[in-house]
Amino acid sequence: MIDYKKKLATLRLQTKSIFSGHPIAIAGLIGFIIFVLIALLAPWIAPQNPYDLMVLDIMDGLLPPLSKLGNGTTSWLGTDAVGRDILSAVMYGLRLSLFVAFVATTVGFLIGVFLGLLAAVKGGWVESVIMRAVDLKVSFPGILLALMMLAIFGTGVDKIIYALIIGVWASKARLTRSSALSEMQKEYIDAARISAIPNWRIMLKFLLPNSIAPVLVMVPMSLSGCIGAEATLSFLGVGVPITEPSLGLLIANGNDYLLSGKWWISLFPGLVLVSLVLCINVVADRIREHNNPFLKSMNMQ
Amino acid sequence: MIKYILKRLWHSGILAIVMSLIVFFGLYVVGDPVEMLSDDEFTEQDKIDLAIELGLDKPLFEQYFTYAGGMLQGDFGISFVHNRPVLDLILERLPATIEISLLAMIIGLAIGIPLGIFSGIKNNSRASKIISFFTTVGYSTPNFWQAIILIMVFAVFLQWLPASGRGLTNSMFGIEWAWLSLNGLQHMALPAINLAIYKICMQQRLAKSGTQEILYQEYMTFARAKGITKSRIIRRHLLRNILIPIVTITGLEIGGLIAFSTVTETIFSWPGIGKLLLDSIHMIDRPVVVAYLILITMMFVFINFVVDVMYAFLDPRIRHQK
Repeated sequence: MIDYKKKLATLRLQTKSIFSGHPIAIAGLIGFIIFVLIALLAPWIAPQNPYDLMVLDIMDGLLPPLSKLGNGTTSWLGTDAVGRDILSAVMYGLRLSLFVAFVATTVGFLIGVFLGLLAAVKGGWVESVIMRAVDLKVSFPGILLALMMLAIFGTGVDKIIYALIIGVWASKARLTRSSALSEMQKEYIDAARISAIPNWRIMLKFLLPNSIAPVLVMVPMSLSGCIGAEATLSFLGVGVPITEPSLGLLIANGNDYLLSGKWWISLFPGLVLVSLVLCINVVADRIREHNNPFLKSMNMQ
Repeated sequence: MIKYILKRLWHSGILAIVMSLIVFFGLYVVGDPVEMLSDDEFTEQDKIDLAIELGLDKPLFEQYFTYAGGMLQGDFGISFVHNRPVLDLILERLPATIEISLLAMIIGLAIGIPLGIFSGIKNNSRASKIISFFTTVGYSTPNFWQAIILIMVFAVFLQWLPASGRGLTNSMFGIEWAWLSLNGLQHMALPAINLAIYKICMQQRLAKSGTQEILYQEYMTFARAKGITKSRIIRRHLLRNILIPIVTITGLEIGGLIAFSTVTETIFSWPGIGKLLLDSIHMIDRPVVVAYLILITMMFVFINFVVDVMYAFLDPRIRHQK
């Protein structure tokens, strides 16, 4: 049996040893939490609902930051061509970008971990089929695969999530498999097999908790990768639809106005996008560094 | 060795066929080319005639075999939009993509590796921390956003460099190149820098971690104990050893550069194959999309094959694996 209380305590200790003494990583973590809170609370804290065409006034269009709107409120970050408040649009865009990335990462990991465990436990042709598919996937750059998928299925929030999942699962399946295979060498798995415990139970009860750690290290990297990929695809016009702008699409909208000096439409969504990805990446770097035994031993020297 | 190569070749062949099937059948469901090509005056009979003319009335498998047969003879069909052979369109735009990808690669290696070695050796210095911070920011910044910033700074505010197009091209070996003229080079600068920033950051990180791993190897300690000068240690022992992973990864990254050139080319209106792909996706120009994806797939299959064989050549353990 797994002692969850003990696990939780170890986790707390680990978190402490990852972050203490690393101010940049702490700043990244805090920044990320703030972005998530803004995304979650967007409908309540945004000055207006940027999707509601009723509240938009075309007379407010293309106002620079700190302008007064027709209804008397101040638009801190300016407005776009249809009079949408950029601050509100960024909050909602952040919400969509994070939602897409969270769903894609979670589902991608679930699929990857499941297939990796299955390959390790079953072996034989199941393993070769899964690992061949992994080879197939990892030999192509993610952005091209996503473009291919979106060319095939068309665009939309659901489609882009599928495309991102396709990008996520493979490397996790490979890592889970190798991690699970080394776990299977241990005697307790032999004992479990002799006791005729079914494969699925071995997978879930023994292999999963004991081989998941190195895979979980990849979560933040995947998350920031998905955010960047979604933004890129939306920017290219093959991502989310225009009615629900994500950060990438907001930047694309403003891109047409950049040359005429209306910089605020693209700049603010872009800054938020870069800060979000940066926050996640510094945390990811720190976690990876923490989990790299080689670097650890070197720092002690 | 020959046995291993043949085995890999067989795997690559299957991979190529599977991928071409996925691309062909996948894209078959996208849009209806007949609707695309016909205008309001087309009658139902005209549309049926057009479908027959394009071979779209045949069963899917027969269409695939016709296509695959043509492909092997260098015939990738006719673009619906440009009304020209697809292969001509792609070959015409390929040099543009190759020249900015190569330039970006050279910039990336020339700047990234020295920076990485420096920050690896002086791991705890302030300069190294600043460099590492900037490369983290660099690879956290999406490619298209870097492009927008580059355009804003260098093309709009400073007006130093042009933001779109390929400029003047000169002919060399019967191919038009932009890098042969100053005007062309100016046009290449921003897209190439855009592609290179990510490369610089990746190379810096690779070279840094490589340097740190090698620095603490026993042969390095031994070299230091022998009293060899620092610059000689770096040249003879460090550089040689970190170059091995860098060379392999650089080989694999050629594909990545071509993939990312779709984004860069689109933003800078650089007339390469990446822009051709996106334009064709938007205009549902199916023959171009299918041909591009199949050709790129073949290229990746080929690169992977070469890398596998090279690994086997360098590492006998892989050769004798069951």
